[in-house]
Amino acid sequence: MLLALFIGIVTLVTTAGVVTRRFWLPAGINQHAAAFDSWLGIVIAILGIAFLGAQIALAWVIWRHRDRGQRAVYWDGSPKFEVFSIAIVTVLFLGASVGGARLWTGVHMSDQPAALRIEVLAKQFAWNFRYAGPDGRFGRTKLDLRNDATGNPFGIDDTDPVAADDVSNAALRVPAGQLIELRLNAQDVIHSFFVRELRLKQDAVPGMEIPLRFIAAKPGTYEIACAELCGLGHHQMRSVLIVLPPAEFTAWLAQSKNP
Amino acid sequence: MTPTPHVHPPSPPGQHRRASFTALYAGMASIIMLFGAFTSAMVVRRGASKDWRGTPAPQLLWVNTAVLAASSVVAERARRHLRNNDRVHFNYWWSGATLLGAGFIAAQGLLWRRLVDAGVYLNSNPGSAFFYIGTVAHALHLFGVWLWMFYLWTKAVRLQLGPSRRTGVDVCTVFWHFLGVLWLYLMFLFIYWGNR
Amino acid sequence: MRTFLSRYLFSTDHKTIGIQYFVLSVLAGFVGLALSVVMRIHLSYPEAKIRLFEILWPNGAPGGVMTPELYLALLTMHGTIMAFFLLTTVPLGGFGNYFLPIQIGAHDMALPRLNMLSFWTTFLSFLVLLAAFFVEGGAPLSGWTAYPPLSAAGPIAGPGQGTGQTLWIVSIAIFCLASLFGSINFITTTLEMRVKGMSLFRMPLTVWAWFITALISLFAFAVLMAAGILLLLDREAGTSFFLPTGLLINDRALPNQGGTPLLWQHLFWFFGHPEVYIAVLPGMGIVSTILANFARKPVFGYKPMVWAMLAIAGLGFIVWGHHMFISGMNPYSSLAFSVLTLTIGVPSAIKTFNWLGTLWGGRIQLTTAMLFSLGFVSVFVTGGLTGIILGQPSLDIYFHDTYFVVGHFHMIMGVASVFAMFAATFYWFPRMFGRMLNEKLGRVHFYITFLGVYGIFIPMHFAGLAGNPRRYADFTQFEFLQDLTILHKFSSHCAFTTAAVQLLFLANLIYSYRRGPLAKDNPWNATTLEWLNKTPDAVHCGAYEYSVPGDTKDFRMQHEEAR
Repeated sequence: MLLALFIGIVTLVTTAGVVTRRFWLPAGINQHAAAFDSWLGIVIAILGIAFLGAQIALAWVIWRHRDRGQRAVYWDGSPKFEVFSIAIVTVLFLGASVGGARLWTGVHMSDQPAALRIEVLAKQFAWNFRYAGPDGRFGRTKLDLRNDATGNPFGIDDTDPVAADDVSNAALRVPAGQLIELRLNAQDVIHSFFVRELRLKQDAVPGMEIPLRFIAAKPGTYEIACAELCGLGHHQMRSVLIVLPPAEFTAWLAQSKNP
Repeated sequence: MTPTPHVHPPSPPGQHRRASFTALYAGMASIIMLFGAFTSAMVVRRGASKDWRGTPAPQLLWVNTAVLAASSVVAERARRHLRNNDRVHFNYWWSGATLLGAGFIAAQGLLWRRLVDAGVYLNSNPGSAFFYIGTVAHALHLFGVWLWMFYLWTKAVRLQLGPSRRTGVDVCTVFWHFLGVLWLYLMFLFIYWGNR
Repeated sequence: MRTFLSRYLFSTDHKTIGIQYFVLSVLAGFVGLALSVVMRIHLSYPEAKIRLFEILWPNGAPGGVMTPELYLALLTMHGTIMAFFLLTTVPLGGFGNYFLPIQIGAHDMALPRLNMLSFWTTFLSFLVLLAAFFVEGGAPLSGWTAYPPLSAAGPIAGPGQGTGQTLWIVSIAIFCLASLFGSINFITTTLEMRVKGMSLFRMPLTVWAWFITALISLFAFAVLMAAGILLLLDREAGTSFFLPTGLLINDRALPNQGGTPLLWQHLFWFFGHPEVYIAVLPGMGIVSTILANFARKPVFGYKPMVWAMLAIAGLGFIVWGHHMFISGMNPYSSLAFSVLTLTIGVPSAIKTFNWLGTLWGGRIQLTTAMLFSLGFVSVFVTGGLTGIILGQPSLDIYFHDTYFVVGHFHMIMGVASVFAMFAATFYWFPRMFGRMLNEKLGRVHFYITFLGVYGIFIPMHFAGLAGNPRRYADFTQFEFLQDLTILHKFSSHCAFTTAAVQLLFLANLIYSYRRGPLAKDNPWNATTLEWLNKTPDAVHCGAYEYSVPGDTKDFRMQHEEAR
């Protein structure tokens, strides 16, 4: 009987944790985050009901049909019950899959033109970001020019005139309210770009250039974490996303010339 | 730590033979999965970059294929003689199959030697890499079955096999045929698809 | 000497081999558990100087403070040992070997010598894995998933990525071979060695589960084998399957050209997802049997249970992409994988309903075996439901590689399977060793473990909700992680308690093996054939004929004829 009680306790404590939201997602900073949170809320509500229902049913059955010397009923199944439960569960689960799909297509399949493109280069154990500058074009890079000591992590080739106004930085500064497209790349192993407030995560894979689009609406500073095991410094691979009002961003970009 | 003793009735007749074949088919399924995985890796890898340079196809390859095909035919003949209780002919043909099998494996060694001499290494390009992986994995399986074939041969020459003791020969032969078909598949994959 | 060797070491008897597997895996399980305790100590007290760490790993924990590379090495070894040498071997190699033949009335496995070979191959694989701790650079730090380029680039990618990683791959390849041998044996035995009257739909659900698990591992391990060979060649032979052009690691350019890291992920997860079911399906079979026995009722929906397991096995091979939603894979395929993934939830849910149905109207006897089985149902529900969140790419985009995932898979793959193992141990110990396990110790062990696992893994879900990435050697470098320290401390302390209680289980095993009360022939009044000490000539009914109306006893054994 203790078990029925214990099941009740863990169920209630877990539910309390979900309801009080003491440990929860941070406030989002864009529309995607708002949509994400409301969809997550719906899913958690449904799963919560299922969780409570199943655990309480289990605890109740254990208590209700405890051994009091009675003879068990001989009941070995019910096709009707199976069909009924398959139907309900299928609708519920496939509904979940379809309901969340719009959120996903919104992230990865929109064809709006991006206002700003930023190259992201991940490496053990740092993030680097490159802006094209006023000409809107990224200059040529060479692998053997990559050098952190000289402040050229991208290996920008200075002989290319297009490269002259390129800006590279260890923090990601973006203008608020504009559609940003990151082009993620990694030079050594797989890393993953994760900003909690954007509700976004995307692996940066060597040999691939993966786009990731977002609009950050609310100015502020947010932490960027690496979310794919990348070696012994994985836990310290940190950078920040600084969302600036557009005017401030333009001013910053103009005064940050590559050395 | 002696587990509780258990009393068993005798096994029904034919159980061992059926079980041997079932185990063979299960083994084949896993081999198919192994080579299936290599194949899909090859397709993905070829599509991933533009560095595909085809797979080597020296003349010797056709000789080897012929030797392997011959060994299968000979082993099949042997198996039939055993079933008809013609042990003398079985021994001739089975010896032939064992020799041809050894010949194929030796010739494969020669083939790899020639390729290396021609500068085709495992890491030269993805095509050569998959060629070596596929043919070596095939040869290792084949060598395992050949050891069994050889073991059966030692039993055969001591006349320990007969129509009622032929499960080993049958399973071994079917396995051998399977590896022959697998070889043809690899040839199709490397020579036709790989150079297209 | 000769008899000792042939009876206990190189025995071809399925019962001895089953016990060998069981002992090896319990040993491995405790090693894996100890590693997790060490990791949790470090996570909760990253600065503490612990003398024991320094003694164990003079290079990895200088001054008693663990280095990140040691933490990641422990993490890799914990995952690998638990996934392969506990979750894969106990349910199938241990209990499956011992009980599958006698539950279907066979005198042994179909291929006894192959059976012995698979055990010793497994053993060799375990030794090779452990050797990784003792080589230069230590054990690999790339996790049990070993994603390249980290796992393929060699020692320049980090300590442990040299010889340690090579040994890891070799160990896994050997393990694949052992599993393939084992699977062939299980499949053949089930199909060909059944006693007269034991039709497929009269087999106990345990046999079905082992059979289906063997089918899964037959296909899955062959693919992992192929992947392992390719990875090994990338490391040792200079090929470029997984290594792309232009890698610059630690300021050194690699010569490799044209490979793709995603290829490994596809191959690995094609194995890795079915691996989850390899771990948990035997548990489902065991739990179904035990619930029926101690509720004194037939399994509710026997055939749907079988079909559900077959569906899970089949679908399990086409959902691997849900591990790769954020890997850079085509976003359209993510949607397809999502639909398939949530579909696989349907048979799992059906099984849960049927377990509740089995209990309904029963006469529930709370033995320790039953407690663990009921605990299994509870954690299976908890761990399963969060899968509905992770199976959607739109939500996984936030939760991927956070502690939410850690909590999820530990619940459903780890705890659920381990609960089933405990249940099976308590249920079958009398048959294996002729004595009963101590029920009182068992109960204490169960109740603390039950609360303990919730205490360990529920906080991890909340850490994941707050965005805590997994596989971090410490949580000191990020501002937002400071707030979560209390969750990790709570989780760690629950882990210490739970781990300590497992020693009680070990003590129970050893004590009861020598001093436990002698077992009766059929102590649980069960229906299946393993409780006879003689193989019957034929069976006459299904495996779960409990409380049949009109019978005087409340169980009818499979060999008994209906009156």
